Amino acid sequence: MVHLSGEEKAAIATLWGKVNPDEIGGEALGRLLVVYPWTQRFFDSFGDLSSATAVMGNPKVKAHGKKVIDSFSNGLKHLDDLKGTFSSLSELHCDKLHVDPENFRLLGNEIVIVLALHLGKDFTPKVQAAFQKVVAGVANALAHKYH
Amino acid sequence: MVHFTAADKAAITSMWRKVNVEEAGGETLGRLLVVYPWTQRFFDNFGNLSSASAIMGNPKVKAHGKRVLTSLGEALRNIDDLKGAFSQLSELHCERLHVDPENFRLLGNMLVIILAKHFGKEFTPQMQASWQKMVAGVASALAHKYH
Repeated sequence: MVHLSGEEKAAIATLWGKVNPDEIGGEALGRLLVVYPWTQRFFDSFGDLSSATAVMGNPKVKAHGKKVIDSFSNGLKHLDDLKGTFSSLSELHCDKLHVDPENFRLLGNEIVIVLALHLGKDFTPKVQAAFQKVVAGVANALAHKYH
Repeated sequence: MVHFTAADKAAITSMWRKVNVEEAGGETLGRLLVVYPWTQRFFDNFGNLSSASAIMGNPKVKAHGKRVLTSLGEALRNIDDLKGAFSQLSELHCERLHVDPENFRLLGNMLVIILAKHFGKEFTPQMQASWQKMVAGVASALAHKYH
């Protein structure tokens, strides 16, 4: 369970209000596929992933990125029960998609990097610390049903 | 050994020329101490680390951050032999400082986040991929002499 102070929760809500989640998702997922090319193995049906430009412009990457970030946004509204919120997704990623949970940490880190990129100075150390707690919590929640 | 392409080297060195090592160093180390508070244990004699503001404003944090990034900058001149470049520092961190090598990865990641924050869109996915190779190579090199 993620323990966030009232101040941290407020900081996260403010931060999330300043970004366009749709853009963040596609960019984070795209960067995951570029920086850690082995992750492309989960997206065989996505078409052209042959270069950084292809990946970042790929409409399926953007669409899936949006789907992931929408789910993440939902998690932000249930910070006190991330395990419950991500329970079905955890089972799906284990039983059907066979995704190594380390990838959730890598993607969470990509989200942090993309936020830093977009927010610049607004991405203060305190906000970063709060947000990194959240992505760690989400990664753990997604790994929770693994067996 | 990390293999850097000509494109990686060009990307890394061109971005490094634009980095203010003093500022970036202090910010990278400071954020490490804020986001991962247990890392403060290595800096007992640094004085006030009691809050994010205290850490980010702490002159010893800034000075040490500058020292760390200066060392990284020097290693860029020996990018094809990072293990050689960091050999003595590796021994120091193992035998005298007793720093868990995982912290090198955390610090390297923090640098990537700082670069994203500072350079925004200029920190393209390809740039990020090159830099993430770099920090992974440095972390490995620093861990290389551990026993």
